[in-house]
Amino acid sequence: MALEIPKALEKEIDERITHYPVSKRSAVLPVLHALQHHFGLISEEAVVWTAAKLELEPIKVLEVVTFYPGFRQSAPGKYHIRVCRTLACAMAGGHELMESLCAAGKIDRSGVTHHHPIAVGADGKFSIEFAECLASCGTGPVCMVNDDFHENVTDASALLARYK
Amino acid sequence: MSDEQKPAVEMVDVQIDGEWHQFPKGTRMIEACRQAGRDVPHYCYHPKLSSPGNCRMCLVEMGMPPRPRPGEELKPDEDGHLPIQWIPRPAIACANTVAPNMGIRTDSELTRACRHGVMELLLINHPLDCPICDQAGECRLQEFSVEHGNGASRFRENKVKKPKNVAIGPRVRLDDERCIMCSRCIRFADEIADDPVLGFTDRGSHTTLAVHPGRELANNYSLNTVDICPVGALTSNDFRFQMRVWFLKETESICTSCGRGCNLTIGGREGEVHRLTPRQNDAVNSAWMCDHGRLNFHYLNSELRLTDPLIRGEAGHETATWAQALKTAAAALAGFGPNEVAVIASGRLTNEELFMARQFAAAVKSEFIDIVPRLGEADDYLAAADRNPNTLGAKLILGLENPGAGLKSIRDGIAQGRIKALVALQENLVDDAGFSAGDLGKLEFLLATYPLANPTAEAADVVLPGAGFAEKRGSMINLTGRLQRLNRAHAGPGQTREPWEILRDLIQELGGGNGIYRADDVFAAMAAEIKEFAGLKLADLPADGVALLDTGETVPLLDRERERKAKGVIVG
Amino acid sequence: MSAVTYIAGKEPHPREHRMIFRNVDRKGWDVSIEAYSKDGGYAQLEAALKMEPKAITDEVKKAGVRGRGGAGFPAGVKWTFIPPNNTKPVYLICNADESEPGTFKDRYIIHQDPHQLIEGMAIACYAVGAHLAYIYIREEFPEGAKILEKAIAEAREKGFLGKDIGGSGFDLEIYVHRGAGAYICGEETGLIESLEGKRPYPRIKPPYFPAAMGLYLCPTIVNNVETLCHVKHILQMGGEEYAKLGTPNNTGTRILCVSGDVQKPGYFEVEVGKVTLGEVIHDLCGGLKPGRKIQAVIPGGSSAKVLRGGETFKIKRGEDMVEIGLEDIPMDFDTLAACGSMAGSGGVMVIDDSRSISWVLNNLNTFYAHESCGQCTPCREGSLWMKKITDRLVAGKASPDDIDTLDSVARNIDGRTVCAFGEACSWPTESFVAKFRDELVADTKPELADAIVNAETEVAAANLR
Repeated sequence: MALEIPKALEKEIDERITHYPVSKRSAVLPVLHALQHHFGLISEEAVVWTAAKLELEPIKVLEVVTFYPGFRQSAPGKYHIRVCRTLACAMAGGHELMESLCAAGKIDRSGVTHHHPIAVGADGKFSIEFAECLASCGTGPVCMVNDDFHENVTDASALLARYK
Repeated sequence: MSDEQKPAVEMVDVQIDGEWHQFPKGTRMIEACRQAGRDVPHYCYHPKLSSPGNCRMCLVEMGMPPRPRPGEELKPDEDGHLPIQWIPRPAIACANTVAPNMGIRTDSELTRACRHGVMELLLINHPLDCPICDQAGECRLQEFSVEHGNGASRFRENKVKKPKNVAIGPRVRLDDERCIMCSRCIRFADEIADDPVLGFTDRGSHTTLAVHPGRELANNYSLNTVDICPVGALTSNDFRFQMRVWFLKETESICTSCGRGCNLTIGGREGEVHRLTPRQNDAVNSAWMCDHGRLNFHYLNSELRLTDPLIRGEAGHETATWAQALKTAAAALAGFGPNEVAVIASGRLTNEELFMARQFAAAVKSEFIDIVPRLGEADDYLAAADRNPNTLGAKLILGLENPGAGLKSIRDGIAQGRIKALVALQENLVDDAGFSAGDLGKLEFLLATYPLANPTAEAADVVLPGAGFAEKRGSMINLTGRLQRLNRAHAGPGQTREPWEILRDLIQELGGGNGIYRADDVFAAMAAEIKEFAGLKLADLPADGVALLDTGETVPLLDRERERKAKGVIVG
Repeated sequence: MSAVTYIAGKEPHPREHRMIFRNVDRKGWDVSIEAYSKDGGYAQLEAALKMEPKAITDEVKKAGVRGRGGAGFPAGVKWTFIPPNNTKPVYLICNADESEPGTFKDRYIIHQDPHQLIEGMAIACYAVGAHLAYIYIREEFPEGAKILEKAIAEAREKGFLGKDIGGSGFDLEIYVHRGAGAYICGEETGLIESLEGKRPYPRIKPPYFPAAMGLYLCPTIVNNVETLCHVKHILQMGGEEYAKLGTPNNTGTRILCVSGDVQKPGYFEVEVGKVTLGEVIHDLCGGLKPGRKIQAVIPGGSSAKVLRGGETFKIKRGEDMVEIGLEDIPMDFDTLAACGSMAGSGGVMVIDDSRSISWVLNNLNTFYAHESCGQCTPCREGSLWMKKITDRLVAGKASPDDIDTLDSVARNIDGRTVCAFGEACSWPTESFVAKFRDELVADTKPELADAIVNAETEVAAANLR
C-alpha cells in the first residue's frame, strides 16, 4: 500500500530536510514527526517512505521509530492522552488521574503491555498511555491531550468534556 | 612496506598485572594485554570492526601517574617508571589506547567484580538453552561464564520474551533471546558488507535485533555474521543441528572456489566436511569469506562421489582395483604417438598436481596441455572473477600464457582425428569446457579423474576417483601471487586418491620410478626446476602463506580495511 | 529596561534573585521579539559581536558558571576544549531535552522567554565559532518548539540570525530539532546520535568527547538551556561581577524546581548556595503539609542520591569540619556533593513521612527501566531487574534478601556503563537501600526467601497504584 503524501506535507518535509545541510539522515525525527502529525501514527509504509526519502535502509528508520515512545505504530484515538507517570506526578495523583480518565473516557487499559502501551476507547474518541516525566513536576498531576498541556488536573470528566 | 621503511613508532611503557611491557603508541589496551599474555574477555570488540564499547566485559582497572601537586615532582623508580595512581572507575580495554606509564590490572578485585557482574547481567534474560544451541562448545557466554560467572542464578523474575527462530535471510537464522546486543553483526553489515539491513528495534532490555519486515540479510557475506556472533543468536541454516562443534576436527586450508584463496578452517568429522569457516589472513581475506565459497563443499559429501576406479567393459563401467585401472590406462596411452594425446588439466589442481601433470604430458609425448578457464563476476569485496583457485600456478608451471586458449585446437584436433586420446584431470569437459558428447565419442581413449560422477566420466574408458580440495595436500598461488597451502582434512571416500598420486602412478606405469612419495616430494622436485619456488618447502609454508609473485592485483576489501586502520577506526 | 511587575499570585518570593526568570510570569510580557527588544533584548549580542570571541569565553570562565543541566561542569572551560588547531566546522547544541524527573525550569524559559535563549545561544556560537546550531527540544514540548521556531524566525527577520549578523560578518543559523520521548537524549552524546538520525546510543568517551568529536564527528558544544541564558547575563554584568552572585565556585543564580510534599511547589531562582534546603522547603515552599515530617529529599533531580530526613553530614567549612543537618545544607554544587548527593539539575523532590519508600523507589526504578537505551549490558539488564525486584516489593512478594540483591545489582551498574545513565539509574537504589533499608525490609516477607514468586500480572496490577 503506497502512502499518499499531500503536496503541502511533502513540501514541509523537504523544507525540514534543509535544516540539516550536513546529513540528510539527521532529518529522520522531523520527517517522522511530520508524518505522524498528518497520519496519526507511523505506519510501515511511512517507515519505508521515510527511508526512501532520506536514502536509508528501512531498518535504520524502524530502529528509530521503535526506540522512541513519541512515535506510535498503532492508531490512537481522535484525542490521544498522555498522563505523566513519574514520581512527582505520581505523588500528586498521577495514577488516580489515569484511572479517572480511563473511567471518564471509557477506556480499558487491561490489555496494555510493553509492546502495546496505548489503550484506545471503544468509540475511538480517546486513547491513553502513561508517559514518563513531562517536566512540570510542580503542577502535578499533569497530562497532555494531543498537543495541549494540562496541569493540576483534578477533574477528568471536565477535562475530557473540553474535547468534542 | 618492509620493517625498515616503516616510520619509527613511539613505544610506550605499560605495566600489565605488575609487569612492564612496551607497546607502540596507539595500541588498544585490549591488544596490549593480549600481547602480554593477559587476555581480556570481551564480546562486542572485534579488531576488524568499530568499537562501540557496549558489552562492558573488557572492563579493567587502569591507572596513570598522579598529577603532581604544584611544586611537587614525581620520583621515578630505578627503572624510570613513575608511580601509578589507580582509578576507581574501571575502563574498557577495547576502545582505550595505552599511554606512557599506564598501569592495567586484568586480574584485580575490581576487574573480577566487573566481569562477574557483567556475566550475571548478560545471563539473566538469556534462555540458558545450551543443550539445544549450536553455539555450545564455542560460545563466549559459556566460556566466560565458566571463568567469570556465578554458579547459580539470583534472578527470580520472568525473563524478557523475544522472537525466536527468525529467518533473517536465506542462510542465517536468529534467536533474539540468545542475543546479547553486542552489535557485531550490525556493524559487519554496515561497515564491511555495505548492506545495512540489520538493526535494533525497541529499547532497553527489550532491544531486539531485527531485519526490516520484507528485507533480508541475503548478501554473499551474510554467514560471516554467524562467525562473529559470540553467542548462539545467529546460526547458519546450513550447519545448524548438523554436528556438535567439539566433535569437529579442524584443518587449516584455503578456499578453492575462486582465485582469492580465502584462508579457511575445515570442520570435518569421520571423512565428512561439516563446515568451512574463514581463517584470518590480512594479506588475503581479512577475517571473512563469501557465502558461496563457504558453502561450496557439499559435493564432497554427495552420493555422486566416485569411490573406486572404473574400467569400461562390455557391460559398461566396472569397478576395478587401482592396479588394474592404472595398468589399463597406461597401456592404452602408451600406444599413441607424439601429440596424439592431449591433457586437459585444471586450474583447480594444486601446484604439485600441475607439476605432475606436466611430467605426465611429457610421458605421453604430448604438447597439448591446457586448463579450463572459469570466469564469474568479481565483486567489490573478496570474490574474484577468476573462479579457478590456481590459474597462476597453472600459468607458471605449465607455461601457459593464456589459459584455455589451447582448448579449441584440442577440440579441433579431436574432430580432425589428430588427437586420439584425451586425459581430463579433475575437469568435467562436457559441462565446463564446451566439449560435446560427440567430441568425446570420437576419441579412441578417454581417461578422466574427478571426485564425482559426470558426463565426462560417463564417456571415459578409465575413470579414476580424484580427491576433492578437503582431501588433499598441496599448494596454490592466488591472484595476488601468494603461495598458500591446502591441508588434508581427511582421505576421500572409498579408494579416492589425490590427483598428484594418480599422476605419479600413471607416470610410473608409463616409464618407471620417480622417487615421489609425498606431495612434499613433488614440491621439492618442482622447487628444483622452477625458480620461483626455489628455496621453499611445502611443509615450511606458513599458515598464512608467502608472497611469491608480484601480480599488482589488489583486494578491494583489504584496501578499505587498511584505510580504516590508518584512521584508527579499527585495530585491523 | 522597564520595571518588572508580575502576574498576581505568581510574584517571585523575596528570597529570589530573578535573572534568568526575570520575565517568567511577568505582567504584560509576551514572547514576541518586540517585547524582548523593548527590554534591551539582543543588546548583548550586538555588544558581543564587537568583541573578540576569546574575550567572551574568558568572561564566561571568569564568571565560573557551572552547567545547569546536571553535571555542573564549568561552561567556559567546556568551550575551551575545542582543539586549538581545529579546522572542522564547530556546532553548538542547546540541550532542551529537559527530562530529569523533578526538573521543570527550561520549560518556562522556552515558553515564556525564548529570545533570551536565542540571544544566549547566538553569543555562545560567536564565542566558539559555530555557524550552525540546534535546539534539541523534547517532543513533549510541542508548543515550546513552535514558540522557539517563531522566535528564531523573528530574530532572523531582525537580522540577529542569518548571514552577516549586524554587519559583523558572523553567520549563524539555528534550527529547532524535536526529540521523541527519550530521557537518554539528555545525555550529550546520546543527543548527538539522535540528532544524526540514529538511535540515541551514547558514545564512549574517550574518544568521543563532543568538544573534539561531536556532531558529525566535529567539535560540538552542548549546553543546557539555562546555562546558555546565563551567557547573556554574564556579558551584561561582566564575568567578575557575575561571579559575585552566589558563593565561591558556585557562582550565579540557579533555578530550583521543587516538587512533592510541600505546600507550594514551584520554581525559585536563587543565588547558588545562598539558601539552605530547609529554607527552600519551609520558606520558599511554605513548608510541609500539616502534621508531616520530612522523610526524604532528592535534592538535584531523580538521579541525585536521596537524603534522609534528620540526617546529619560532616562537611568542610574553611579549614574546619562541621556537622550540619539536612535542612542546613546550602543549595550549591559543592556542599551537596560533600553530603553524598548532587545539585544536579536543580530539581528538589520532597517526600514526607506519609509515603511508602518502596513505592517511591519503585516509581523511580520504573522510570529508569523505561528510559534505559539498552546499548550497554549493565544498565540494559540491570535497570529492568531493579524495577522487577521493586515491583515485587510493592506487591508484597519480596523477601529481605531481595533488598541485598537490589543493592548489588545497582552496584554492578554504577561506574560500569557507557554513559552517566548508569549512575543515574543506580544511585537511587543504592542510596535508598543505604538510607532506608529498614523501611524497604519492612515491606518484605522473610518466608518468601526461597520461593519463586513471579506472578507478573499480579505485580503489574499492584504497580498501577
